[in-house]
Amino acid sequence: MELKKDALYAKSHEWVAFEGDVAVIGISDFAQSELGDLVFVNLPEEGDEVVAGETFADVESVKAVSDIYSPVSGTVCEINEELLDAPELINEDAYAAWFIKVEGVGDKSELMSPEEYETFCESEE
Amino acid sequence: MLVFEKSRPGRGISALPKCDVEVYTLADEDMREAELHLPEMAEVDLSRHYTELAKKAHGVNDGFYPLGSCTMKYNPKVNEKAASFDEFTQIHPLQPEHTVQGCLQVLKESEELLAEITGMSDFTLQPAAGAHGEFTGLLLIKAYHLANGDTQRTKIIVPDSAHGTNPASAVMAGMTVINVDSTPDGLVDVDKLREVCEGNNEIAGLMLTNPNTAGLFDPNIKEITDIIHECGGQCYYDGANLNAIMGWARPGDMGFDCVHLNLHKTFSTPHGGGGPGAGPVGCKAHLAKFMPGVKVTGEEGSLKLTKAEESLGEMKNFYGNFLVVVKALTYIKMLGKEGIPEASKNAVLNANYMMNKLSAKYDIAFSPKVCMHEFVMDIARQAKETGVTAMDIAKGLLDNNIHPPTMYFPLTVHEALMAEPCETESKETLDEAIKVFLDLNDLAYSDPEALHAAPVKTPVTRLDEVGAARHPVLRYEFE
Repeated sequence: MELKKDALYAKSHEWVAFEGDVAVIGISDFAQSELGDLVFVNLPEEGDEVVAGETFADVESVKAVSDIYSPVSGTVCEINEELLDAPELINEDAYAAWFIKVEGVGDKSELMSPEEYETFCESEE
Repeated sequence: MLVFEKSRPGRGISALPKCDVEVYTLADEDMREAELHLPEMAEVDLSRHYTELAKKAHGVNDGFYPLGSCTMKYNPKVNEKAASFDEFTQIHPLQPEHTVQGCLQVLKESEELLAEITGMSDFTLQPAAGAHGEFTGLLLIKAYHLANGDTQRTKIIVPDSAHGTNPASAVMAGMTVINVDSTPDGLVDVDKLREVCEGNNEIAGLMLTNPNTAGLFDPNIKEITDIIHECGGQCYYDGANLNAIMGWARPGDMGFDCVHLNLHKTFSTPHGGGGPGAGPVGCKAHLAKFMPGVKVTGEEGSLKLTKAEESLGEMKNFYGNFLVVVKALTYIKMLGKEGIPEASKNAVLNANYMMNKLSAKYDIAFSPKVCMHEFVMDIARQAKETGVTAMDIAKGLLDNNIHPPTMYFPLTVHEALMAEPCETESKETLDEAIKVFLDLNDLAYSDPEALHAAPVKTPVTRLDEVGAARHPVLRYEFE
């Protein structure tokens, strides 16, 4: 299982890393491997509000559609449009394939360090 | 090969007589710019084309079809016979009522029998399918709250094991979905439900199947519906799994206010292949005045169609898929008061027989002592130890002329195979299927590659499902 060392993780398997005040959000390598080959991604629009712990996107694999939850609250300032045409990028590198960037971050859900998240995933298996 | 690829210019079928009326041509601006691409074929080639396609399919008439939550029972041919009577087929929906008393009698008896089986007071036969029925039921609930001035009741509770159509229908009806997690044994978490509901005047209601998708009957059902009613909500019963309990327990007695049934599941009308289906909706008396469509009232011989006083409108034109209703009524009448509960009993017996035999090699999700009409195998252990997934087992079944169980559902079980054998299968069929399942498990350990490559004996072998989903080709490109 790959980990992004400078990111924090949510129990619902999203990662968040900060570029200054802007939060960059994606799903973890563990999540992409559990979901299997992704075939479709649904992203919010720029300017949409996201709320910590609430769903902001969904991804579809050949097995199922799964909700993606935001680790922070704030306003979407950029989306990764590349994913819309090429959801396989998430399977190839979950940490390069960010979903959205969020500014004006207010609340954060309970987040884990990479080490804590690794232990958490092991207990999930 | 597609029918378009077999087309040859100038070929055709001579079955149609020559046009004996004057040909009328539309004004140029109303005409298509290009000719329609209709395939041109001789009758024999067309006939062979469709026979060839039919041979590639697998239906209940081809072999065992334990597709969980779909109730793929055998549909008795007598249903088709009844539905083919001229008196049912050679009619018009706008015909005067006194000329179609027999058809109205069919509608009335169907409504009454479905109401009796479910413990409801009224039924509409209009909805054309299960999800359409869900949508109708939710609109009933919405109409009820709006009539009470409760415009804030927009939240609908759906457990995480629910059919995917439940939250989809709720959103269609303009409601917001609240997901409630299940307990580790696969049932509704009553404490969590109470937490969400207590004092919450935004709750429109709850959508639930019972037994649920794991084939478990929720013993707390009365407490669950009480919690919803105490906070002012209404309870909606998804009839997807009624085959487990018909004639034994009634959604109305469990506290549900409205329900949809899938005639194409429980009542043996054709399922799949585009239907047509039927998803009648029943409700208790307090919702009846909002019912869509028309209701048959009056006495035998002078039946007429009337509209509910505050009807929410039309869910479909006229009376729903009438001939499907004829088939379902035939089924109910053929089984009768004794046969209906016996069918359920055998459905549950068959599922338990299979579950117990398969538990020798397969893990059963939530490890129930007894299941209802279906059960869920969890292939996670095999996947971890051999790399063979639920998908691979499913493909292996295809090579043995068995339609796979429902895969990767419910979502609460990651490597799920949900099997529903139905009451119409013999012990011999079940024993053969059990042997196939157990052999496939052994094959997973001895030669996992063989299962990754399956199916090899079917007309179409392993499909590139990811490729098809990522780069769908949805139309034929003409030269």
